[in-house]
Amino acid sequence: MAETVLETAGLTMRFGGVTASDHVDFRLKSRELRCLIGPNGAGKSTFFKCVTGLLTPSEGHVFMRGEEVTGWLPHQIASLGVGIKTQTPNVLDSLSVHENIWLAARRFFDPAEARDRAHAMIERLALGPIARSELGQLAHGERQRVELGIVTVADPWLVLLDEPAAGMSAADVERMTGIIHDLTRSAAVVIVEHDMQFIRSIAETVTVFHQGAVLMEDHVDRVMTDETVRAVYLGKKA
Amino acid sequence: MGSSATREVVLILIVSALLIAGMPLLIGTYTLTVLVIYGMLGLSLGLIWGFGGILCFGQAAFFGLGAYTYAISAVNIGESTLPMILAVLVTAGFAALLGAMMFYGRLGDVYLGVITLVVTLILFKFMNSTAGPQYVIGDARLGGFNGIPGFQTLNVPGDPGAYIWGDSLYYVCAVALAVVFLLVSWLLRSSFGRIAVGIRENETRMALMGYDVAARKTVLFSIGAAIAGLSGALFANWAEIVTPTLFSLGQSAEIIIWCIVGGLGTRLGPILGAAGLAYLKFMLGQQSAIDNTLIMGLVLVLFVLFLPGGLVPAVASLWAAGGRLRRRPVRRMRRPRHG
Repeated sequence: MAETVLETAGLTMRFGGVTASDHVDFRLKSRELRCLIGPNGAGKSTFFKCVTGLLTPSEGHVFMRGEEVTGWLPHQIASLGVGIKTQTPNVLDSLSVHENIWLAARRFFDPAEARDRAHAMIERLALGPIARSELGQLAHGERQRVELGIVTVADPWLVLLDEPAAGMSAADVERMTGIIHDLTRSAAVVIVEHDMQFIRSIAETVTVFHQGAVLMEDHVDRVMTDETVRAVYLGKKA
Repeated sequence: MGSSATREVVLILIVSALLIAGMPLLIGTYTLTVLVIYGMLGLSLGLIWGFGGILCFGQAAFFGLGAYTYAISAVNIGESTLPMILAVLVTAGFAALLGAMMFYGRLGDVYLGVITLVVTLILFKFMNSTAGPQYVIGDARLGGFNGIPGFQTLNVPGDPGAYIWGDSLYYVCAVALAVVFLLVSWLLRSSFGRIAVGIRENETRMALMGYDVAARKTVLFSIGAAIAGLSGALFANWAEIVTPTLFSLGQSAEIIIWCIVGGLGTRLGPILGAAGLAYLKFMLGQQSAIDNTLIMGLVLVLFVLFLPGGLVPAVASLWAAGGRLRRRPVRRMRRPRHG
């Protein structure tokens, strides 16, 4: 059953004279894993922000499970059951690991169930020994892991991750890869990423952005060997 | 978690009972009453600023609004029960409207400060300009800068002749503060309170979790205002007159100073800050060698420089450090066995 869970039609975002996102048509099927790649300034993050409601697109439409969500606020989109991780870490620094994950679960479950889910998630992310520590005192990789827990604790059906592997150690990246693979059993996942190594290890279908538009969309192996994509990444004129 | 909550409630009840009974031995109940009222006002800002991250420069507006609502309705009704309730509801309603405008408009913190400050100024200017006989609500003349004197003060519910004043007013105010403190404690333990603290930490993250940040901030702002409104109504009963100076900027600034000195992010800090500084101001008022605003300014500067977290967090960390020191010898005695 390949239902479309996320679709954009002619999605355009302009900042003054700059068109950061240019008529992007995008479709994602349920339980699909999709990576968005492209050089800096290609419009990946703008596209991501338009989809998550952090920006309101200048033109075009966004649909989630067939419902139009264009111009919705982030909390409305998240309430549909969408897990979102932004590019910069967005966590609650002076609260404990447990409280961070509990708050994310509490949005969708009653307090007791939220507590159980938070405990289970902490086990799964191997955060047990630091569950009561303040997030502000933890290492970057640990904070990233906590944020992944926040994003996934409430069983989202769509997970949007902006640069989840940024600044992580090899071990952390490996753990994250495992978690993302687990996620795709129940959710569609979109990953915006720079790190080609990470993309190679995880991706199936890859969408390449260039100058705000979709350059190509294909299986990771074909994308990686494509002349145009290589030229774009190396900054040559194709 | 359930048992620790019960323990906390019992502790709060015991400590407040001791304080309510013991404090009159140290300070006269007339002064004590106003210290308790200011404590409640401090708590109202401590709640929304310390736990909700909403820095309101106009907490005095809600204090004054509560006092005026009480005075105006007490003149008209001639009994104090309904006016007390109205003072809380009108203030909460006003704050809900103002808060909705600010939070749904997604104003930044700076503009929030500016707007709450301006609202206080508008109320101050407006109340000052209501001296004419045309400014009447029911039987109550607003009275401009002279304010409204001679309204029905607090009475036993249902019996307008049985006034509550003097020592009894002190006990009513002190018990009211204890009840508000318990309610605030309960609120902060509830999901609503924990989510509010989350919003203080990171609004974007909370929105991305799916929480309606604007709605939750509006509700919290309104709860804070309701507490300020209640303290305003009690103040009206203590002073037996309400004047526009309740809305003054000096009053608003003082509430913020109470919170900073007492300690933000604690429940006790703003109460102690309010009562302590108000008492200091009262003592300084009895001498004329030094201007007392100078001293207040100095206190604030010293705290910001040397104790920026405030009094209560500093004492709490000293206490914790003391606890570690006391435990240390035990560990030293055990060590040789392992070696």
